[in-house]
Amino acid sequence: MAELTYREAVADAIAQEMRRDEDVVFLGEDVGAAGGVFKATVGLLNEFGSVRVRDTPISEQAILGAAMGSAMTGLRPIAEIMFSDFLAVCWDIVANEIAKARYMTGGQMSMPLVIRTANGGGSRFGAQHSQSVENWAMMVPGLKVVAPSTPADVKGLLAAAIRDPDPVMFFEQKSLYPIKGEVPDGELVQELGTAKVLRDGGDVTIAALAAMVPRALDAAGTLASDHGIEATVIDLRSLVPLDTQTILSEVSKTGRLVTVEENPRLCGWGAEIASIVADEIFWDLDGPVIRITTPHIPLPAADALEDATMPSAERIVREIVEKLD
Amino acid sequence: MAKVSQSKTGKGKSKTTSRRRSKRAAPDADQLLDYYRDMLLIRRFEERAGQMYGMGLIGGFCHLYIGQEAVVVGMQGAIDDRDAVVTSYRDHGHMLACGMEAKGVMAELTGRIGGYSKGKGGSMHMFSKEKRFYGGHGIVGAQVPIGTGLAFAAKYKNTGGVSLTYLGDGAVNQGQVHEAFNMAELWDLPVIYIIENNRYGMGTSVSRASAAKELYKLGEPYGMPGEQVDGMDVLAVRQAADKAVKHCRDGNGPYVLEMMTYRYRGHSMSDPAKYRSKEEVAEMREQHDPISNLSKVIVDAGHKTEGELKELDKEVRAIVAEAAEFAQESPEPDPSELFTDVLVNA
Ligand SMILES: Cc1ncc(C[n+]2csc(CCOP(=O)(O)OP(=O)(O)O)c2C)c(N)n1
Ligand SMILES: [Mg+2]
Repeated sequence: MAELTYREAVADAIAQEMRRDEDVVFLGEDVGAAGGVFKATVGLLNEFGSVRVRDTPISEQAILGAAMGSAMTGLRPIAEIMFSDFLAVCWDIVANEIAKARYMTGGQMSMPLVIRTANGGGSRFGAQHSQSVENWAMMVPGLKVVAPSTPADVKGLLAAAIRDPDPVMFFEQKSLYPIKGEVPDGELVQELGTAKVLRDGGDVTIAALAAMVPRALDAAGTLASDHGIEATVIDLRSLVPLDTQTILSEVSKTGRLVTVEENPRLCGWGAEIASIVADEIFWDLDGPVIRITTPHIPLPAADALEDATMPSAERIVREIVEKLD
Repeated sequence: MAKVSQSKTGKGKSKTTSRRRSKRAAPDADQLLDYYRDMLLIRRFEERAGQMYGMGLIGGFCHLYIGQEAVVVGMQGAIDDRDAVVTSYRDHGHMLACGMEAKGVMAELTGRIGGYSKGKGGSMHMFSKEKRFYGGHGIVGAQVPIGTGLAFAAKYKNTGGVSLTYLGDGAVNQGQVHEAFNMAELWDLPVIYIIENNRYGMGTSVSRASAAKELYKLGEPYGMPGEQVDGMDVLAVRQAADKAVKHCRDGNGPYVLEMMTYRYRGHSMSDPAKYRSKEEVAEMREQHDPISNLSKVIVDAGHKTEGELKELDKEVRAIVAEAAEFAQESPEPDPSELFTDVLVNA
């Protein structure tokens, strides 16, 4: 076991896959010489050279178009979109092209590519650099959507995404880059579409993703120590495929579901999970589903305002205590 | 920055020439002092913002304009209250040049209610409708079609107004820039695209990012005239600005100005700028600084003594100090502000 940061795990996964498969190439803005604006890809240019690790112009449409064209003809590109907000600049290639190519070609075309991007708030970057947009990707049929919360999962899931024959949107939560965690030595590849149960409790099941996972765990600790409420915490890790089996069985056990998401209220992924739970196990529920989200507003820049938007451990505790009894 | 080039194009013909900067009529003392003061205000404001960032009073991103002051000050001198301005996230200098108050800009940086966007916008997203400053945009290149729209409205309403649309050397590689160029020329819109070529887009130099190295020629395929200007020389900027503004006001359509300039600091406060040499930065600061070069012109012409310019510096520092104080004293926005200004009628 080695202790790695979340950002180091990114470079580690890419390096692991580039060593074993020379069809893997990596492109993006300032990813090579600068090692990425979040320093998540340091060392890759040195090891693999500028033919495989490419600094691009500030041209997101060209980056993703090039990734798609090369994926259709035998490469396994990893493309970085520096901030997930910038996916809006090149969404055509994602939503109309990459996601639909396999279907529209009757299965002739595979799209083995990964789009990595820094997602989410908490860094005071304001409305155009802080959004949590994994739900945008979840809405488009034909994409896989992954969002890890720990360094080990970054490595194992990113490696799996690179090997996957389908397009994977890989959302890295930018406030998690400095966090550290144990990562198993040697080759690490996990299975996409599997949730993890991180804590077992009999009273309520909390489903969370990315930066909301550590906050949910924190909240679960306080709920137990201060309020006598025992919570199960699930790290979803992937929205597509979604591990509905784990979700449904864990919610059935406690009879209560809480989703904790960074998405704005309307059409956040929690709504979809609530709907699945209502469809499948309505009669196992002991009360309404509790959705904890950011409000349905653009994210503000000021510290105090931003802190008031994103679900905090305190807010998770408060809402659960208020609504559970 | 000796080489200054020009690309002359008109409908149906396309010709590119290089020439030395032509002689110009000497500007009067008041004008020189205005430029000096306006550039100094931006410099001192940005230095203070940098310090306050270092002290943790400003968070998020903070992109300083130090080194590039001559561009925005020279351009602003050529426009009047019919005209509109739009730029990227490197926007503090543009706002001060537009006449927005230092206090309100600084308070936005510290996320306070007294900021131009009540703390909700932050460094990259500020506006003043009153001063016709239309942002402050965090998405590289997005301001270019928006600035084209400002020109569309000016033409439609026949205001005689011109849109000053600023973009970086890195931004020229965004697809939307080229869509806007084509539309502006097709519809003869009164917009000046001012490419602030400070040689880098984040850590990537122009030569590593751009197949076309002469950015002033980028409008040429559409028939748009372009000119390369010494953006470290406020007088050269002003002269080019006058010509471009006249071109637009006369109904001849858009114009490209490539300002050869330099940012002394990193891309943002979190960038140590390891991709360039110390010598390169020192050379620009020492030989080409727009403010010290203009101070020499002013002193040599006998308009002011060095002592008098120091007094002016004190006045400017006082404005900045007052802004810094205001930015720390203005209250943090109330949480109820979260839900205001999302829609007009929600
Ligand atoms: C669409 C988009 N892509 C990438 C970025 C990240 N980014 C912000 S500034 C920047 C560099 C821009 O360079 P340039 O246009 O030269 O302007 P300068 O910063 O030099 O003023 C990049 C890549 C962004 N904000 N928006
Ligand atoms: Mg630049």
